[in-house]
Amino acid sequence: MATAVGTLPMGHEENSLWTWLTTVDHKKIGVLYGVSGFIFLLIGGLEALTIRTQLAVPNGTVVDADLFNQLFTMHALTMIFLAVMPLGASFFNYLVPLMIGARDVAFPRLNALSYWVFLSGALLLTSSFVFGGAPSGGWFGYAPLTSSEYHISSGMDFYTVGLAILGTSSLMASLNFAVTIINMRAPGLTMMRLPVFIWMTIVVNFLLILSLPVITVALIELYFDRNFSTTFFSPSVGGDPILWQHLFWVFGHPEVYVLILPSMGIVSEVLPVFSRKPLFGYAAVVFAGVAIAVLGFAVWSHHMFTTGLDTVPQMVFSATTMAIGVPTGIKIFNWLSTMYGGQIRFTVAMYFSVAFIALFTIGGISGVMHASPPVDTQQQDTYFIVAHLHYVLFGGAIMGIFSGIYYWFPKMTGRFLDEGWGKLNFWLLFVGTNLTFFPMHFLGLSGMPRRIYTYDSGFGWDTWNMVATIGSYTLAAGFLVFILNFFKTMRQEPSAPNNPWGGSTLEWATTSPPPEHDFDVIPEVRDRDPLWYDRDHNIEQPAAPEHLHIHMPPPSYFPLVLAMGLALVGVGALSHLAITGLGVAVVVYAIWGWALEPTD
Amino acid sequence: MRPSARALTLSAVSVIVVLILSAILWVIFAGSVDHLQTTFNPKSDNAIKIHNLYKLVWILAGIVMAAVLAITLAFSLIFRERPGGKAASHIHGNPKLEVMWTLIPVIIGILIVIPSFQVIADTTGDAPEGAIEIVATGHQWWFEFEYPAAGLVTANELHIPVGRPVEIELRSVDVIHSFWVPQLAGKVDMVPGHNNRLWFTPNERGEYYGQCAEFCGTSHANMRFRVVVESEADYIAWVAAQTLDAQPAVGELAQAGEGIATTLCAACHTIQGTSAAGTFGPNLTHVGGRGLIASGMIDNDAEGLAEWLSDPAAMKPGSKMPNLNLNSEQIEQLVAYLQGLQ
Repeated sequence: MATAVGTLPMGHEENSLWTWLTTVDHKKIGVLYGVSGFIFLLIGGLEALTIRTQLAVPNGTVVDADLFNQLFTMHALTMIFLAVMPLGASFFNYLVPLMIGARDVAFPRLNALSYWVFLSGALLLTSSFVFGGAPSGGWFGYAPLTSSEYHISSGMDFYTVGLAILGTSSLMASLNFAVTIINMRAPGLTMMRLPVFIWMTIVVNFLLILSLPVITVALIELYFDRNFSTTFFSPSVGGDPILWQHLFWVFGHPEVYVLILPSMGIVSEVLPVFSRKPLFGYAAVVFAGVAIAVLGFAVWSHHMFTTGLDTVPQMVFSATTMAIGVPTGIKIFNWLSTMYGGQIRFTVAMYFSVAFIALFTIGGISGVMHASPPVDTQQQDTYFIVAHLHYVLFGGAIMGIFSGIYYWFPKMTGRFLDEGWGKLNFWLLFVGTNLTFFPMHFLGLSGMPRRIYTYDSGFGWDTWNMVATIGSYTLAAGFLVFILNFFKTMRQEPSAPNNPWGGSTLEWATTSPPPEHDFDVIPEVRDRDPLWYDRDHNIEQPAAPEHLHIHMPPPSYFPLVLAMGLALVGVGALSHLAITGLGVAVVVYAIWGWALEPTD
Repeated sequence: MRPSARALTLSAVSVIVVLILSAILWVIFAGSVDHLQTTFNPKSDNAIKIHNLYKLVWILAGIVMAAVLAITLAFSLIFRERPGGKAASHIHGNPKLEVMWTLIPVIIGILIVIPSFQVIADTTGDAPEGAIEIVATGHQWWFEFEYPAAGLVTANELHIPVGRPVEIELRSVDVIHSFWVPQLAGKVDMVPGHNNRLWFTPNERGEYYGQCAEFCGTSHANMRFRVVVESEADYIAWVAAQTLDAQPAVGELAQAGEGIATTLCAACHTIQGTSAAGTFGPNLTHVGGRGLIASGMIDNDAEGLAEWLSDPAAMKPGSKMPNLNLNSEQIEQLVAYLQGLQ
């Protein structure tokens, strides 16, 4: 590969396909993650719309039982692994180096590899729809329904192989971000001066580092059960389906925090800037986030209260689950106190952040309700849980992500998303969320189980199902408005100054969009809100030297080749051993080339 | 610092808006008591214990939700940027306040945890002495009920007497199912290899609706059942009738039907008193007496039976009962026979 050392002219961007395929620039990789994540968000949304259309009226005939089961399984997998996680990764990629005053992540090629491996896993999993049917055993894949005896189509193999590949991607990315944040902070940026978003990034990445190995073990065991006649989860020969549930939820519950914590970080950045005051109780918010993560590993069995868990474990897991309400409550009160006494500027980003507080609170409270096992026996596996989890993941995670998009869009593109369209976007999503998901509380209380493709009239479920379906179309309209806003905005000339919102963190010290090397001069940090400190103490940004000689890592195609090798290994695991062999050869070649590639 | 009149007005508006909203939600929640599978109208001792806890949790949750929503709304209105407004105050935190709102969720948690532990201890232990033993087995996609003491096996319709405790052992022969009759008890999963137990004492006669609550494959949605809680006398009569052998076929049509049943159907179904002794499908000895067929999906009348027999998978996708390609004459004969199995 040619090397790109020397003077980097600012404002000049190569945009060819080859640049994107070989990029190791954290900002470009962030954009790739963002665009891919958003496309999968739309795919997952279409799956949800189909589900809601089927359930709009009793005895719906839009899809049949089998396709319905594939759709709700893929809706969850798509939203969790292919939309919300990569959208989180998109923010991590774009923002971590900028917010800590670094020029890139610690391992730029590994970063590119993470993205390409994610994309191959995502495409592999989604392609199951056309290769004999998608997985239909639920995203939780409870044994023995997922065994080769009860799940005959190969969908479940796409599930094990696809998720294992996606997990590999997340694991590499997590290590990369953890190393970057710990080692590459700008001078003066101590851990307790890190932006809360960066703190939440570390927490998420440690959650992933610790939980992904568990699910990987479970996936491999399931793959072996299905393909090599092992019996880990098979009760007829002494295996145990409950073992799967433990392994799954030891991963699955921390995963919930992987989805919500990035948005908590975003909201913790947006609220202070638009309230024009520092975050209230910084240390408490940081430690609450850490506490949520630690406790998150001690609550998994609350997903299993109805499996015949004994009396004492029911009590223990109930108590630990309640305990998570404490740090969560701390965060909510601190966010509200940040607004108190402020001069709140209601931009679209702020609308989404305030909505996050309200909607996430509703989801959090219903979570505390079924932390009580006796109550849970009446709510588990009903629409009440569907309401709860969507208030957390849609009202929480997605609202936070939209807040982040509107907030950082000028930094990423130099352009402002239209505020008028943005408000329409916001209100459609806000009303749609409540219209879709609040009625599901009513349905759950009236005993409607989850994951049923049809229901009869006469159970009192007709009205609220119809309302929820109307709500889901309102949400679709909200997404459409966002897409229109995006394309409208991208046609304009970039006009954003360095710090359009009056932000306090380092990413606002450089140009919008930032140069490839992020900062002409690495900033020095003197306070938790560095730009506000500099402003209030009349400290000038150091001027850029006349001749910039900044060494940036050169582009490389080896991450892409290595990812394609891994994809071939995956395809081989689903088809023929020979393809796996070919994949291994490509992987070995790519690692070889990677190791010997000159980096300057 | 005294709050301004404007702040007080906006706070009052926020509180009123949230209270009205909460009241509307409560009316809707409470309105679900009449629904067939409501979780708001308990009819057994254990369901009532759960419900009392449930009410406490609801009230606490409602208060917290209303408070947070009202504060969010009030702060959004009061501290909105205004020309001539005060500059934002640069407070970084307030340890006293932060300790206080750490304690609020702790107290709420304790208020919920203590009665929860009590209810767990009260409802998950051993059943009271003299409980009627029943074995409920989940199949894809129907429920089998066995009364070992009476030597009785039936499907999808559980009969129990009012006022006597019942203890149900929960089994599965294939995948995980869940036994749930919201008005009588919280759900407990039927996990293959684990024999879970559940007990309760029904306190009011009536028909209660239940449904499988753990996703169990293609026709998970079509796996329903009913529990008939009846007087002790009715229950004893029901048991006596159910333990008898099947009634012999009466009339030419039904006799022809019996011929089909004891050959084609016998591989999977038991009809006690005939040669049919299969155990894969539901026991049909007294199928004519059940209100619904196909696991609570359709009325047990001539029309429903004929529709089911002509193509089970059309009614219940993925049904393990094959389409036997019966002609309309055979179906008519079988319907006559099955309806006679009172």
